[in-house]
Amino acid sequence: MDFQLNEEQQMLQDTVGRLVRGEYSFEKRLEFSETEAGYSEAFWAQLSELGLTAVPFSEELGGFGGGGVEVQSVMTELGRGLCLEPYLQSVVFGGGLVAQAGNESQREQWLTGIASGELKAAVALQEPQSFYDLNDVETRAEKSGDGYQLNGRKAVVIGGHCADLILVSARTSGDSRDADGISLFALSPDTAGVERRSYPTIDGAKGCDIVLNNVQVGADALLGGEGQAGAVIEYQSGRAIAALCAEAVGVMEVANELTLDYLKQRKQFGVPIGKFQVLQHRMVDMMSELEQARSMAILAASVADAEQSDERRRILAAAKNVIGRSGQFISENGIQSHGGIGMTWEYNFAHYAKRLITINHQLGDDDVQLERYARLMQAS
Amino acid sequence: MNMNYTAEELAFRDEVRAFLDEKLPADIAAKVKSFRPLTKADHQRWQKILSAQGWYATHWPEEYGGVKWSPVQKHIWDEESSRYGVPRSVPFGVNMVAPVIIKFGNEEQKQTYLPRILSGEDWWCQGYSEPGAGSDLASLKTRAVREGDHYIVNGQKTWTTLGQHANMIFCLVRTNTEVKAQEGISFLLIDMNTPGISVRPIITLDGEHEVNEVFFEDVKVPVENLVGEEDKGWTYAKYLLTYERTGLAGIGLSKAALSHLKQLASRRIKNGRPLIEDPTFSQRIAKIEIDLTAAAISNLRIIASVEGGGVPGAESSMLKVRGTEIRQAINDLARRAIGPYALPFVEEELADGFDGDYLLDELAAPLSANYFNNRKLSIFGGSNEIQKNIVSKMILGL
Repeated sequence: MDFQLNEEQQMLQDTVGRLVRGEYSFEKRLEFSETEAGYSEAFWAQLSELGLTAVPFSEELGGFGGGGVEVQSVMTELGRGLCLEPYLQSVVFGGGLVAQAGNESQREQWLTGIASGELKAAVALQEPQSFYDLNDVETRAEKSGDGYQLNGRKAVVIGGHCADLILVSARTSGDSRDADGISLFALSPDTAGVERRSYPTIDGAKGCDIVLNNVQVGADALLGGEGQAGAVIEYQSGRAIAALCAEAVGVMEVANELTLDYLKQRKQFGVPIGKFQVLQHRMVDMMSELEQARSMAILAASVADAEQSDERRRILAAAKNVIGRSGQFISENGIQSHGGIGMTWEYNFAHYAKRLITINHQLGDDDVQLERYARLMQAS
Repeated sequence: MNMNYTAEELAFRDEVRAFLDEKLPADIAAKVKSFRPLTKADHQRWQKILSAQGWYATHWPEEYGGVKWSPVQKHIWDEESSRYGVPRSVPFGVNMVAPVIIKFGNEEQKQTYLPRILSGEDWWCQGYSEPGAGSDLASLKTRAVREGDHYIVNGQKTWTTLGQHANMIFCLVRTNTEVKAQEGISFLLIDMNTPGISVRPIITLDGEHEVNEVFFEDVKVPVENLVGEEDKGWTYAKYLLTYERTGLAGIGLSKAALSHLKQLASRRIKNGRPLIEDPTFSQRIAKIEIDLTAAAISNLRIIASVEGGGVPGAESSMLKVRGTEIRQAINDLARRAIGPYALPFVEEELADGFDGDYLLDELAAPLSANYFNNRKLSIFGGSNEIQKNIVSKMILGL
């Protein structure tokens, strides 16, 4: 057993870590968040210059050939900086969908751009009624001419407000919650009938809802077989879950470091508040939660690129469940340990707390993951 | 043992309902029920209506404009007003400084300030907390040095809730540095328009401006604004805190929030069914409802035990801890109920007069911000850790 990163993986993580520490101070992060894109184009350019946007893609696609562990290394450091760039959306999830479902010409058309950072993708898989179930698709795609016509509404597309390519799920057959009959389309946001309603998110990023009103796309927009996208989406959302877990660990690490520093510095009743046993025990609990989360993030990374199986599904559900719970624990108890200062916008802790809570709202919260796990447990 | 309301109490409840049916402005109630922020004008409009009814200063002695409600009547008022969406009174004037002035102030202070609190002419804020003090209140550093018929005040206060609206602040200041920390504190009433006072907003994690820092630089305060005796302010401060903590349990508010949550969960869908029928979610709601029932009965037991008068002590600390935990748990569920829509933060939807299409649902718009904002419940009014210290000392003798 070896839980250490190998030399190359360590170098990768160090590279990202240095970059984040150098370019992503908390003050800058607040500024990036308030721009129209909601992140730093310059930082994104640096990520791509260093080849980091190519990490998960195979060498023949111009990538780095990295897997779950490499993505984990990048995401943990991006998490430590609360980075707002659409790495998860574009590189991990969007890129993963194109790499798995796309044919050769589609990969050539889009993946090279995603890997070089020139093209930013977003995934539009959720709908207002879907509540984390990516098979719950009511958006319809009807055959029309030699292509398709899309109608429906996609919900909470993080990064979709400024993406160049939007990957949309739509139903070509079946009932609204069937796993079969879902198709995946690659869409330019400029296509007639695509309407984006953009908004900031509570954790400082940006996203949009997308209304599709008689949107006409060609047959070449279809990624993979018609009605066959359910499995691809499930598989790639698993990779995204592993990446989110890694990000969460980075966020939790800093949240705990900040809290511990505060307990040592802040004095009340003549002593540092860290001398109070109730706060000591809480801090110990926060550290234990982080260790549990870190273990599960490692486990999730180890199956991210494995062949699909119930075992992979179970591990990913378990990991995301632990991350959701530990993230909320660290967020809430960290605020409480800081007292009023932890509630303020100007102090960075609050923003770490908000990211931890919102991670639970991406790709299924801890309740949903627990239900998934229980179902898989019964099935085995 | 009789857990039913008496006929008189039921009649009182009907009177309260009739009043609220008739007088509570629908737009204000709608804002309260959906956790939207109230403006200063909203607060003032409602306060005038309450004052006209004689129900604004319910625990003041009648001679100053109060009304003699029993603890049970106050409880009925709390329940009904939460249910109807009555704005929570801004407590700093009516519930905090007024009882101190009534008990420890001189006749002139009573004549000056109490009518102006009733009429809404004065908006008070609280100058207790300081950076570096927090729960260790007695370590406060703001200095007041007497020069002739004035005090010269220098220092800084923080977490001053709604201080941006206030024209008066009551402050704890250090008037004696030679004695034990608690023995050199005085209680001053300060006009916010005095030269040398500046107010700086603190923006909270949800992006809201609710609290402030207040700076004092050579602020001249007339000696007649001292309440009680110099250096005896700690006694008055503690008296005020018992008033602050009563009611922080917010049982009525939790009931209202729970009914809001159920409404929300009936509208949201999970696995093709209303979320409220989902096994996991309905169990989460059920557990909170049960905890809230227990806390509500505990609250009633405390109310019944102080029916004869007096202010509850350590029991209200226990209730503050449980009550705030329950309300935070309801806020947590409300945010969970909207799933991925917990992420978008569409500020326009919270603004006065928004008439566009809601991204998801009018109930959903403020939920994440409200969850984060209410993390304060376990911190303010004496953090829950401090409340537990009080209980262990006063009840357990530890």
